[in-house]
Amino acid sequence: MSVAETPVARAVVRGASTGARVREIIFPAALIMCIAFAMLTLVVLLVDVAIDGIPVLSAEFITGFPSQIFPESSGIQSALVGTLLLMAVCAVFIVPVGTATAVYLEEYADRNRWWNRLIEVNIQNLAAVPSIVYGILGLAFLVRGPLELGRVVLAGALTLGLLVLPVVIIVGREAIRAVPSSIREASMALGATQWQTIWKQVLPGALPGIATGVILALSRAIGETAPLIVVGAAAFARFNPNDLTNDPFSALPIQILAWVQDPQDEFRALAAGAILVLLFLLILMNTGAIYLRNRFEQKW
Amino acid sequence: MEASSTAAAGSPPPNLSRGRTPRSVGESIIKGLLFVAALISIATTIGIVVSLAAETIEFFSQVSIFEYLLGTKWTPLAGGDQKSFGVLPLISGTLYLTGLGLVVAIPLGLGSAIYLAEYASPRARRVIKPVLELLAGIPTIVLGYFALTFITPVVLQGILGIEVNIFNALSAGLALGVLILPVVATLADDALRSVPSSLREGAFGLGASKRQVVLRVVFPAALSGIVAGLVLAASRAIGETVIVLVAGGASATLGIDPRESFQNMAAFIAQTARGDIAAQSVEFLTIFAVGTTLFVMTLILNAISIRFVRRFQQVYE
Amino acid sequence: MDKQQKEHFVKSKMWLFLGLASSLALVGAACGGQQGSGGGGGGGNLSGTIQIDGSSTVQPFAQAAAELFQEENPEVRITVGGAGTGDGFERFCKGETEISDASRPIEPEEEEICKKENIETEQVPVANDGLAVVTSKETMIDCLTVDQVKELFGPDATAKTFKEVDPKLPATPATFFTPGEESGTFDFFTEELLETDAEQRTKDVQTSADDNQLVTGISGTPGGIGYFGYSFFTENEDKLNAVAIDGGEGCVRPSPETVQNGSYKPLGRQIFMYPSKKALQRPEVKEFMNFTLENAPRIAEAAKIIPLTSQQVSESQKALQGS
Repeated sequence: MSVAETPVARAVVRGASTGARVREIIFPAALIMCIAFAMLTLVVLLVDVAIDGIPVLSAEFITGFPSQIFPESSGIQSALVGTLLLMAVCAVFIVPVGTATAVYLEEYADRNRWWNRLIEVNIQNLAAVPSIVYGILGLAFLVRGPLELGRVVLAGALTLGLLVLPVVIIVGREAIRAVPSSIREASMALGATQWQTIWKQVLPGALPGIATGVILALSRAIGETAPLIVVGAAAFARFNPNDLTNDPFSALPIQILAWVQDPQDEFRALAAGAILVLLFLLILMNTGAIYLRNRFEQKW
Repeated sequence: MEASSTAAAGSPPPNLSRGRTPRSVGESIIKGLLFVAALISIATTIGIVVSLAAETIEFFSQVSIFEYLLGTKWTPLAGGDQKSFGVLPLISGTLYLTGLGLVVAIPLGLGSAIYLAEYASPRARRVIKPVLELLAGIPTIVLGYFALTFITPVVLQGILGIEVNIFNALSAGLALGVLILPVVATLADDALRSVPSSLREGAFGLGASKRQVVLRVVFPAALSGIVAGLVLAASRAIGETVIVLVAGGASATLGIDPRESFQNMAAFIAQTARGDIAAQSVEFLTIFAVGTTLFVMTLILNAISIRFVRRFQQVYE
Repeated sequence: MDKQQKEHFVKSKMWLFLGLASSLALVGAACGGQQGSGGGGGGGNLSGTIQIDGSSTVQPFAQAAAELFQEENPEVRITVGGAGTGDGFERFCKGETEISDASRPIEPEEEEICKKENIETEQVPVANDGLAVVTSKETMIDCLTVDQVKELFGPDATAKTFKEVDPKLPATPATFFTPGEESGTFDFFTEELLETDAEQRTKDVQTSADDNQLVTGISGTPGGIGYFGYSFFTENEDKLNAVAIDGGEGCVRPSPETVQNGSYKPLGRQIFMYPSKKALQRPEVKEFMNFTLENAPRIAEAAKIIPLTSQQVSESQKALQGS
């Protein structure tokens, strides 16, 4: 087909009619409406949660424990502590495992070997598995099954860790890949072993990117409800867990879920308040990630 | 650093291998440790498959697979004779809710992406991109709250005046749409921006208007990347639990009235797991059978999506 | 900044971030061990963990008892679940819980399973309950006869609107919200009123083990109708309408009086806690059960549940002593 016969050319030959000119304006306007709607939804959501939740926020709300009988005195201490513990243990798990996997795949793995390609494809698949399936995995292997940890923080944290591990690996790989090979080659030329090169040159250079990946992973994990439902986090726990392997625990998303499903208005307000705390934690983490990204963006 | 002997010009390179020194043993150990770490991801997949498979097989020893796949009533928690284990209503509910979500997310997401990629100034991009990232970061429980306490009473029952069940597919579907809109928008934006500018410039050179360039040239060129994004978004919506749990209701039905309650596979699993039913009862085993079904569905969708991405990458390599 | 200084700077900031993260975690861990302390701060030196699970009807009562007990004994940790009477007994008979809440008596098969695991228990009534048949405030049904309820809820029921059951009622399409088979309330309703063997209507019915979901569903749907324990009605009186039941002697609305004097038929009942004899040997469990019975009326009021009469309280205490 010659250029003159393409639809574009035919339109040109037809010339710009008034109708076409109008269409030229309507089209981008329609596109802007799409974005406006998305932004509007975000604003309405935040305003709605804020209106419902701000009246509930107070020091007692943060330090109190949830009560089914006396909603006025309810608080989120057990849920907040549970969430913080989950994040801490999760981080302890995903940082070494995720970084090690990323380092292995980028620096050591021979892409021609089938098992290395399998690992890569596998990670891509895991990233697409629904979070509830991870919950089932946690229930079968961590809570019950061989490890039989019970419904404890460790089981919840490991389940969440497995869920977000692909994020750390994928982002970590990009960060490691961004370190130019000239750095590696120079180091090797000076007689350093591969590991010495990685440990002293590549990893420090990739560290901001890896840290960003970890924060991204944790901000995904902090809001995840489904796996915790299946693993058995408690709502309305009036105590904090004493340890990671014996006591029942709570978490913010689970407590929010329990409050949302209670039809009384006081509990709806409590849910909104807890959501605000959760969003605050998220903003904290994401600001940290953006700060890291901008401050330490390596210009090789 | 040891001095190494230099080869005389013209002679074959000397064997520089130093054999198994303590250093290289350490290197091998480290490589081994890293490989073991990488295997954890494989172990995860094996774990998922095993945890699902064992109990699913147990389930099918108690419930016929034909009843499961072909039955049209899903009432595992009914009493005695009224129990029925036909999974079709759950699958139908899952697809229906996902469809509603896509109906919202596709036009809005693609519209946003086209604007971002083709029309927005760099300053506008700096504002809009973070908004999309913010939207993407909202936890699903918050969207569930929003659907139940705002979309249903204020928007649907209030402003639009539709007589809906307090738990309805419309509300859950809209929230799902909001959930996957950033996925659609971001991936479509990436796909559109990957189209080489030579195509655009060529079209402009022929006198095409901006709209024609975008719709007739750039968009079709980015199509496989966009479709990959849509498939990924659909996969996300199919596996979404909490929004449907909170706002969709507990009714597994084959209906299509969006004002009624619907339940999808993931929400059913969550609701059943919450009750902490006895470990070996057939009601509990439904978690695994439905979980397997869900897992297989998302796996297939993911494979399709990867296919599209591969095709899209090849065109411009 | 040269390369070395920059690297050092990066590393120090990483440590700062890690430090922040770990201090947050330490705060979390330090708070671990703190109990929910009330105003009383009594001299209770009991400690231990008590797990209670079972009926969601009894759950508000057990929860209130737990909270009030913990005010005086902050070292005792009590978790209360609401998985349903049937599921509660399954956990109980495996030894996973110390006390099982039940809104119906334990069945012989369940006692058998418990005996196999060497778990013995005693029935302790803790409160009264009137199973309330409830509609949304948009469909104000005043009274239904038992037969009409059977027409709506029975296993072969096909009525789509209320008018089909009683021409005086509106033609609103009915949407049903009921507990599922894991629930003692379900068992009680199907056995006592529908008079079937755990069978009820399945068309247009949503079931949930969470009574709160039922309340939300019924109150938010114009034609919503369903049933659950009386306390869930009183908690949400502003949103719901309780239907009076005509058991043959006229329309009786559920209330503390009609349930306590037995006129709310056939849906009046007692609700129970089943402590295991083994658990009762632990001081904190025994003390908790004693506390619960001694303060039963006060706890029931806090939970908006119909309390036991004083005679019923002493009968329960005798039953507890016997175990």
